[in-house]
Amino acid sequence: MTLRRISPRHLFLAPVALIMASPLIWMAITSIEKPNEARRFPPVLIPAGIHWQNYRNAVESAPFGAWYLNSVIVCAVVVVSNVALCALAAYAFARIRFAGSNVLFVVLLATLMVPFQVILIPTFLIVRHLGLIDNIGALIAPNLVNAFGIFMLRQFFRTLPIELEEAARIDGCNRLSVLTKIVLPLSAPALSTLALITLLWTWNDFLWPLVAINTESHMTLQVGLSTFQGAHQTQWTILMAGNMLALAPMVAAFLLTQRSFVRSIAASGLKG
Amino acid sequence: MRRLLRSDHASGWLFVAPATILLVVFGLVPIGWSALLSFQHNDLLSAPHWVGTANYRALRHDPVFRKSIHNTIEYTLLFVPISIGLALAVAMALNARIRFISIYRTAVFIPVAVSTVATAIVFNWVFDPTYGIANWLLNEIGISSQGFFHNPDQALYGIVAMTVWGWIGFDVIIYLAALQGIPGELLEAAAIDGASRWSTFRSVVLPLLGPATLFLVVWSTINALQLFDEIYNTTRGGPLESTTVVVYYLWEQAFQYFEAGYAAAIAYVLFLAILVVTVIQLVVSRRAVHYTS
Repeated sequence: MTLRRISPRHLFLAPVALIMASPLIWMAITSIEKPNEARRFPPVLIPAGIHWQNYRNAVESAPFGAWYLNSVIVCAVVVVSNVALCALAAYAFARIRFAGSNVLFVVLLATLMVPFQVILIPTFLIVRHLGLIDNIGALIAPNLVNAFGIFMLRQFFRTLPIELEEAARIDGCNRLSVLTKIVLPLSAPALSTLALITLLWTWNDFLWPLVAINTESHMTLQVGLSTFQGAHQTQWTILMAGNMLALAPMVAAFLLTQRSFVRSIAASGLKG
Repeated sequence: MRRLLRSDHASGWLFVAPATILLVVFGLVPIGWSALLSFQHNDLLSAPHWVGTANYRALRHDPVFRKSIHNTIEYTLLFVPISIGLALAVAMALNARIRFISIYRTAVFIPVAVSTVATAIVFNWVFDPTYGIANWLLNEIGISSQGFFHNPDQALYGIVAMTVWGWIGFDVIIYLAALQGIPGELLEAAAIDGASRWSTFRSVVLPLLGPATLFLVVWSTINALQLFDEIYNTTRGGPLESTTVVVYYLWEQAFQYFEAGYAAAIAYVLFLAILVVTVIQLVVSRRAVHYTS
């Protein structure tokens, strides 16, 4: 066996990886410790046993199930609607010459330049006028479409060869079937990038759900988690167990799909 | 009628109609309405009334607003260069086929999948003055325990550390994608010409990363100026307003004190600031960033 030269990169990367991982590892350790083990200094890094009771306490003291369900419903509707509505609009902006299209495109794009805080209060007033405050609809209606998706898909559609679409038009296909039968099947990478980015945004969204929802059982996971922290100020073992429950699905999804996940983020960043 | 529907004008407008209606109702109308609000007294309940520029004039003399601007600028000036500089170093190191590389990458990327709220809760525990591991590590290397989020002189730096942890994975992903787009021949040519590693990095790699860096600087600055979630879930602007940033103050004014008109004025000042900063960044970068096609 020969001794291979070890890359000096390890000297930098190993500590970096440790620092990045340690908060999450410590959260996982604390979540299975007994409360008195978490109240020692120096900290107990290897607990005497696994204290699953923390998870039971977390689930029994807060409606995690309802929060999950709310977040999943909001994300599902918002992602599907964004992909569908953005694809429709983006296709029109990419391929159809219609009166006012250039002006309209610029005007819609301008909404991207305005930070959300500027429209926060009027959006609250509009949603309240629609009778949706404290209702899951408040989290869905304002997020059904985003100009970012229109822009991203339009850029992508323009890179597709137009000949196929022209041939289909000559064969008598209308615009809608050209879009659904030819353009969309060729656009899987762009559509999945848009879906993933929209999912991450919606899942993590905090300020708007905080303002729009008051009743505990109507909250999304993020706002629920925040109130959960408020209710368990320094009960670190229960807090960490609840936090584990809240972040586990997204982290698991990330670990299972890391390659395409990373590729999607890179694509959205470089083109967006 | 049928012919009209088949025309490009009709089908075009039909396709964009749903998105347009939604973006008008939940985008353009609120933008205009917010401008109106900023010239009103509005408590979100009773009928609003017109107050002219009173909100904007009051802002100029509001010490907490000034403090929030100061905090936001200080946070942004620390967060943007630290997160992007570190991300560049990490991405350079990760851009190699060595042992454990997938473990290293996963460790750096994972916070991208952790929400801001969950990040804040973890760091409240990491930075706990009495039992947290941050103080344990400091004690191990001979530094006494710190207050972190509980110390007005340190809280903002704690926020910077926490948000760098949460954001760096995204920056590294962008940089790695850009690094992998650099053609190998360029680096070989530099090596044949006898360029040192450092001068290759400075004269070949760094300029080619220009567009990625510009994107990250603009995007990180916009996000830093809008910091809210992490403040709300850790310090709530304290201690002693040392972490009161502009958006946190805006939220407080609108939804704690019900001063919606005043909050709208804050929002417009923020909007203007972001616009000016972004334009400056893009103009300055025109000289520094070169795109290769």
